Amino acid sequence: MTSVQDPSLTVPTPRAREPRGSVGLARNLGLVIALVILCVVGVVTAGDRFASTDNLITILRLATVTGIIAVGMTFVITGGGIDLSVGALVALSSVWATTTGTQAMADDIGWVAMVFSAVLVGTVCGAINGLLVAYGRVVPFIATLAMLASARGLAEVIADRKTQIIRNQGFTDFFGAEPLGIPVIVIIFALVTMAGWFLLNRTTFGRRTFAVGGNPEAARLAGIKVQRHTAYLYTLLGTTCGIAAVMLMSRTTTGSSTHGTQLELDVIAAVVIGGTLLSGGRGTIVGTLLGVLIFMTLTNVFTLNNLSTSTQNVAKGVIIVIAVLLQQRIANRKP
Amino acid sequence: MSRFHPRRRRAFAMAGAFAAATLVLGACTNGSDGGDDTSAAVGKSNTDNDKSGDTVTIGFSAPAADHGWMGAITKAAVAQADQYDDVELKVAEGTNDVNLQISQVETFINDKVDAIVLLPFDGAAMTSVARKAMDAGIIVVNVDREFDSPFAARTTVLGDNYGMGVSAGTFVCEDAAGATDKIVTEIAGIDSLPLTQDRSRGFKDALKSCGLKVSNRVAAEFTVESGEKAAANLLQAAPKIDYLWNHDDDQGVGVLAAINNADRDEFTMIGGAGSADVMESIRAGDSVLKATVVYPSTQAADGVKLARLLVQDKAMSDLAEIEVPRQLKLSAPVVTAENVDQYLPSAFRS
Repeated sequence: MTSVQDPSLTVPTPRAREPRGSVGLARNLGLVIALVILCVVGVVTAGDRFASTDNLITILRLATVTGIIAVGMTFVITGGGIDLSVGALVALSSVWATTTGTQAMADDIGWVAMVFSAVLVGTVCGAINGLLVAYGRVVPFIATLAMLASARGLAEVIADRKTQIIRNQGFTDFFGAEPLGIPVIVIIFALVTMAGWFLLNRTTFGRRTFAVGGNPEAARLAGIKVQRHTAYLYTLLGTTCGIAAVMLMSRTTTGSSTHGTQLELDVIAAVVIGGTLLSGGRGTIVGTLLGVLIFMTLTNVFTLNNLSTSTQNVAKGVIIVIAVLLQQRIANRKP
Repeated sequence: MSRFHPRRRRAFAMAGAFAAATLVLGACTNGSDGGDDTSAAVGKSNTDNDKSGDTVTIGFSAPAADHGWMGAITKAAVAQADQYDDVELKVAEGTNDVNLQISQVETFINDKVDAIVLLPFDGAAMTSVARKAMDAGIIVVNVDREFDSPFAARTTVLGDNYGMGVSAGTFVCEDAAGATDKIVTEIAGIDSLPLTQDRSRGFKDALKSCGLKVSNRVAAEFTVESGEKAAANLLQAAPKIDYLWNHDDDQGVGVLAAINNADRDEFTMIGGAGSADVMESIRAGDSVLKATVVYPSTQAADGVKLARLLVQDKAMSDLAEIEVPRQLKLSAPVVTAENVDQYLPSAFRS
């Protein structure tokens, strides 16, 4: 409560009893431990094949799509919402940005046209989600479920369920480049994460997000336009979906209505094990980043060790539970 | 715990142990089941090419085994690799997520494997990373779903989808023996896939040559559930049928269920893909199933064999050509009661 009345607090959480700095650290400590254990397992089982720069970059490249959306999702969940449509938005954005029409436009005015249309489509769909949830008073679960179905359906209609190949050389060259050995898409992922961290922790927008998610009524009484802010959050997530679609387009050099299938589950799982409360009011970008990295490293270690899908899914489930339990243990310990 | 009476606690423990034993036994029994029949499907070449050479490390990646045929693909590739002591097969998790499949190939590139056998979830989407592997000096063998660039693979192994349609259509023509008033129906797979369109085109073309045509056609989605739904509708729509071609034996389980539910047996059904269950009922001759058209589930096993030959600089010993060919298109033969014993050993379990 104090948080709402006193905007000078950097990270106001509704549970103001917890001293801030140590809890933030403790919250992430469980995740860091999990990640370190995974890395140790990786080094022990795969040795230099795991602990190499090439492999690190492989993990980061894989993480870009999920990671960028997870940053946006952290805002929505912290703000007390949920969005199930992210995978479908990636599909729709990638398809829209690779139609013959868009590609012809890209040939005329440059590949930026494709990036622009992907991000625009994502943003508009996110805004529709936001309007439905904030002003239409549709439960987020239902509103975004409807968006999931219709966005993927629309993607299938536009693409005629065919895979659309990107012919524009400028696009593939730019996003395929690796200045100083770091792929451009990884750099974009880093920039989005940093921007997300700044927005959530160092701006009024971020403080309002915590307030709206923690206690919307109190936020309203404190003069925050809760509905408008909620709409902004979903729009922001839509924008990150558009950016993620560009990353996936660069990796696959295609747009397809099958892109991003079940991506929402990976994203939400990463955000939640990152310590963001599903009920809203608490969330960290660093935790989300760690959550994404844990999943991607897990996948990588399994691939390196030649292990099957089914085992991997079991391990994923176990890791989610262990990480959350660890967090609770550490965060609940009284200082 | 202390509030439990000791005897009751013992009873709980007994029940718990029994439950655990049941679960473990159940899991084990299931695991050892069906593991043997795929190894029968693949064999060595019995030529000089079998001689052990330099060790070949092959990376293998395929879509998720959410379909009997797709599951058989990976099993056969692993069984094939097991037969050669100079092949080390690294199997990446089966996935329908192109982003993940790309990273698997990137891992293979980092690992500097000798060859990659790749059945892409989406051929076009995997092209650029396959190209990257080729540029890194790794031999890429593309299986079933084609890349959109000839530079992305050294060799491509493909099934013959158009040929499947032709085989099924030709079987109908021969069986109809010149009659042009027969009612022919078709249950296709996922309609928007090029492979489904190819199969239907082949079927139509073959039927045209003997004056027949498809009078009712519905599309399912390669799953049992969708097969049942599509067939139930089709049987409603066509009160009398002479021939029914179903594109896929996995969805065929659902199609047969719908046929049994509707109590229909006046027609001849032809399957597709060639699962062991379907072949067994063709041999038993106790259902409407009289034939099926094979779409080999050993394509990836062939990919593994070819990758080994390519890395070891060997050729296909039965060809005069001294290089492994750029493309192999596999045949789509019709299996009937007469020749079922020849094909059953190489059939897959759905």
